[in-house]
Amino acid sequence: MKTAERQFTTISGVPIEPLYGPEQLAGIDLAQQAPPPGEFPYTRGIHRDMYRGKLWTMRQFSGFATPEETNSRYRYLLAQGQTGLSVAFDLPTLMGYDADHPLSEGEVGKCGAAISSLEDMEILFREIPLGEVTVSMTINSPAAILWAMYLVVAEQQGVDWAKLSGTLQNDILKEYIAQKEYIFPPHPSMRLVTDTIEFGARHTPRFNPISISGYHIREAGSTAAQELAFTLRDGMEYVDWALARGLHIDEFAPRLSFFFNAHSDFFEEIAKYRAARKIWAHAMRERYGAASERSLKLRFHAQTAGCSLTWQQPYNNVVRTALQAMSAVLGGAQSLHTNSLDEAYALPSEQAVTIALRTQQVLAYESGAINTPDPLGGSYFVEKLTLDIEAAANDYIRRIDEMGGMVAAIEAGFPQSEIAAASYRYQCEVEAGERTIVGVNRFQQDDQPIELLQIGENSARHQCEKLDRLRARRDQARVTQTLDALKSAAQGSENTMPCILDAVRAYATLGEICDALRAVFGTYQETAHL
Amino acid sequence: MPVPIRVLVAKPGLDGHDRGAKIVARALRDAGMEVIYTGLRQTPEMIVNAALQEDVQVIGLSILSGAHNAIVPRVMQLLHESDMDDVRVIVGGIVPDEDAEALRKQGVAAVFQPGASLGSIVEFIRRNVREGQALR
Repeated sequence: MKTAERQFTTISGVPIEPLYGPEQLAGIDLAQQAPPPGEFPYTRGIHRDMYRGKLWTMRQFSGFATPEETNSRYRYLLAQGQTGLSVAFDLPTLMGYDADHPLSEGEVGKCGAAISSLEDMEILFREIPLGEVTVSMTINSPAAILWAMYLVVAEQQGVDWAKLSGTLQNDILKEYIAQKEYIFPPHPSMRLVTDTIEFGARHTPRFNPISISGYHIREAGSTAAQELAFTLRDGMEYVDWALARGLHIDEFAPRLSFFFNAHSDFFEEIAKYRAARKIWAHAMRERYGAASERSLKLRFHAQTAGCSLTWQQPYNNVVRTALQAMSAVLGGAQSLHTNSLDEAYALPSEQAVTIALRTQQVLAYESGAINTPDPLGGSYFVEKLTLDIEAAANDYIRRIDEMGGMVAAIEAGFPQSEIAAASYRYQCEVEAGERTIVGVNRFQQDDQPIELLQIGENSARHQCEKLDRLRARRDQARVTQTLDALKSAAQGSENTMPCILDAVRAYATLGEICDALRAVFGTYQETAHL
Repeated sequence: MPVPIRVLVAKPGLDGHDRGAKIVARALRDAGMEVIYTGLRQTPEMIVNAALQEDVQVIGLSILSGAHNAIVPRVMQLLHESDMDDVRVIVGGIVPDEDAEALRKQGVAAVFQPGASLGSIVEFIRRNVREGQALR
């Protein structure tokens, strides 16, 4: 095909012009759109000195099998120079089932660590000083319960809650939109999220009670603009609910954190992060009247794109991950997870996860990417992409506002069907050979098998036996009493966190606490549509 | 007009990753098949029941969580108990080679691993199920 006829587009399908120069930025006041880093609206970064002042946190998401095994992996990662922990929970935990629930069969410890009670959480952080490491927890529907377990472990270690630093994912909206690990219907779920935001504002001033996530939206097949728009509009929905609770914007907004995907289209991703900061800063100031500078600054974690990893020629994934990670660094991420080369197959082996961590270290210490903030600022191409993706996202945000907000849009299936359409369009382009995936639809060769992490059924047995022993030795009357108290709190409008903490301290299990809430809130089943 | 092939696309287990299931369902529909998508968190009992009710010739199971060794054998057993051995079961998702081999031995018609093309799935179903093929 001749160059003149060929369409060049980003991976999201946005057309790219043959050349970018001053004419693409005609009439744009760059000093206003992208002032120096550290200045509103923070297009070029939230700090004046960015990585010269402080590197991003290298935070590898991990968790598998039993809490005992995950605890050893954490201690290994910390010894290798990782600077923060990030807990992956297994599917039963994410769905609020104990390891011995019938629906947990075959799933215990497969996709993350199995945590059914405070006892498991104690084991998970054994010999890890919670006052010194920052911990991120990827948990959503039952987030309040797992957070309560974490707070009680901190209490046992003698760490003041005010000193705890970390992040709870706790982003239920993107569960309905993309990842689909929901338990309760949207309204009571939003109430639980608001309870944690309120509780955090009062008791854990350095802990992020929520990480508003575009990652899973993108993994589900959205475009970059959809990821940006749906994530930021989700953020506004949480703000609306917290304000309705009676909190003041500057009381909680500084602790709202974000989580974006670092996908394969290098420049589009950098533009996405820059636009994210800009849109959020404007929304916080103009839509919500935030006054504190900390409320205006969008801080984000990034993870390289799991969906871009290929099963074929898995070593190529190291290269993909490095490029994606570079986009997050050039885009000004505060923390970063790099995927391991074997993750199209399984949870990563220790060797694979070490290479992934080393990739970040090479970026930080060898590439020179940290020497100056936003090194691509002023690039005709990147500035134009930033303006375009900002406009596309704002258009979506306006449409969702018109629908009555994100909960209403989700109930109407709007973001879900936009994403499904985008993911099908992309897959058809791959199928037609219009998009190349190296080693998959071009440049194929026969593969040599790689060493994988195996998780057998022993973990499930171990977890179930531990639960049996726990149920036999705990004070059952106290369990019943705390669960009853939680049910009454859930029926009313008070904050549920204190009652959840009491139930956790009594060693009520995750499944029991979720059942108490299920009894009050009911469960959610989405209408399946293609 | 031949009667179109009827396919049930199902998401068993706790896994909520439905991108692949939805894409495959759309592709089969675009290829002229009648597709019923179950939605998430279906037990083997629900899936076999739906297959019976909807009178399908093919069941496609999408599993990305690693729970295939617990779920798929149960579906195969229930199909057998319901005299539905003629229903072709295909599995898509993150299934290691040795597990794929074991699933095929239990009667699974095909396992499609990551990177499998939509075309190969459509072609496999067309080759193995004739349009208008007489059912039970």
